Amino acid sequence: MSIQVDRKLMRSVFVDTVIESLATHPKLVLLTADISSWSFDEARATYPDRVINVGIREQALIGMAGGLALNGFRPVVHTYTPFLVERPFEQIKLDLGHQDVGAVLVSIGGSYDDLARGRTHQAPGDVALFDTLPGWTVHVPGHEDEAERLMRDALSADGRVYLRLSDKVNGAAVPVLDGFTVLRRGGAGVVVAVGPVLDDVLAATSTVDATVLYASTVRPFDHVGLRAAVAAARPNVMVVEPYLRGTSAHEVAEALGDVPHRLRSHGVRRDQEVRAYGKALDHDRLHGLDTASLAESAIDFFR
Amino acid sequence: MYDAFSGIHISQGGIMQTTEETLRSLFGRMVGDEKHIWAAASTLNAIWVLYDRVLDISPDNIDDPDRDRFYLSKGHGPMAYYAMLAAKGFIAPEMLDTWTQLGSPLGLHPDRMLVPGVEISSGSLGHGLPLGVGTALGLRAEGRRARVVVLLGDGEFDEGSNHEAIAIAGRLGLDRVTAIVIDNRSASLGWPGGIASRFEVEGWRSTTVDGRDHDELHRALTQESDGRPQAVVAEIRKLREGSAA
Repeated sequence: MSIQVDRKLMRSVFVDTVIESLATHPKLVLLTADISSWSFDEARATYPDRVINVGIREQALIGMAGGLALNGFRPVVHTYTPFLVERPFEQIKLDLGHQDVGAVLVSIGGSYDDLARGRTHQAPGDVALFDTLPGWTVHVPGHEDEAERLMRDALSADGRVYLRLSDKVNGAAVPVLDGFTVLRRGGAGVVVAVGPVLDDVLAATSTVDATVLYASTVRPFDHVGLRAAVAAARPNVMVVEPYLRGTSAHEVAEALGDVPHRLRSHGVRRDQEVRAYGKALDHDRLHGLDTASLAESAIDFFR
Repeated sequence: MYDAFSGIHISQGGIMQTTEETLRSLFGRMVGDEKHIWAAASTLNAIWVLYDRVLDISPDNIDDPDRDRFYLSKGHGPMAYYAMLAAKGFIAPEMLDTWTQLGSPLGLHPDRMLVPGVEISSGSLGHGLPLGVGTALGLRAEGRRARVVVLLGDGEFDEGSNHEAIAIAGRLGLDRVTAIVIDNRSASLGWPGGIASRFEVEGWRSTTVDGRDHDELHRALTQESDGRPQAVVAEIRKLREGSAA
């Protein structure tokens, strides 16, 4: 489905939601590290102590968020995924987690949104990294309306939230629920589609008699929802994630610890670094995340 | 009043008199009566002066948002800090006897979730100053005038995160931040031109003092604000052979 002109980018939704919330949430502080900072120029003039651009200094970016949260503030921290999650990973672990304080980390770029810049601007391991730390909620919206709702909820809470925005979006939003949403029911197995891969998964499985679950929140992983879906079908589980392949395999294993099952994981390949530029569709294909590859895999797996 | 159990003098009001003997006794509950460990406790004098004479932090106001903040970034070897917390009534002196045992709140690195009065969990180097800068920003956003004092070491100063925080605090003019750097020349590659110059070039006011001289520390830490963040480099020079610790 082509994107209509009146649709907003997730990134714009994020900017608008933060700017609007600054007026009503006096403890909200936005921290940027140059990326997207120009979008907040006006807001910075209005709230000079609550809209801060620290320059290209990502370690201090996360550390300052911790220092704010220690004093009751709700920090929102935003930059490109590799610079938000990978470069200051120890700050995420210690300045937020170990201090037992919360923040909302909002990334753009994700796995391979930025194709021309290559590996330096891609971080498909981000969700796997958060899996090494306790207490993080991870949202992977597949539509700008989902992103807005998840963002608003995150701002009004006080926990540790990672919101992973992407350029790739689905044609329609799915209502945001606490657990997985059942979009289709079938007997041959269960497909879990995370965020922006949904349209491809729905197209790829249109001829397959499988249940399709949708997740815009992937941590916590809805063990109960997966168990219920598996109980009503053959225990074949396919997980399609827009980041590192197999990231949620351990969650499936835990959810189905006492249920003999098969698992197939789709996601960004981890066996090699794809040194290539080009278009998003090219990379979907290189990682086996395009509709044709997913359809071939699903037909084989649910046979 | 003399508390025979802890061996500590307690004043009429219940607040312990913070004397060197008191601290030394508390310190000894963790590490024994080893003179060289006491002498090597390079942070002791600065922490003592801060809690005894400079900062507005006590067990009574620890939840008051207008209290001062002390972030021990140099979390290695926190015995002096624990001794101070016991002397000031944040923790019971008996707690010191459990140091590093299973079930004790006191480890080799302080944990804010376990130890009353500890404001940040530290131990990994280079985290305290960015935390302190974030805190100072928050306090300013609410119009509070509380101070945020961060203590770090000269070896820890190697970590690039400090230099990010120094630049940011300078540009944002966070005048309520004070960084105390305990300089015992432990940085492997050294700091040619001195540590103070790294702060000055970023718009901080810096003062270099003798880290064992309480009055020098006190003077440096109580200077009137001039609108800039402030660094106090506390030099710990080697003690002469046979000199008293």
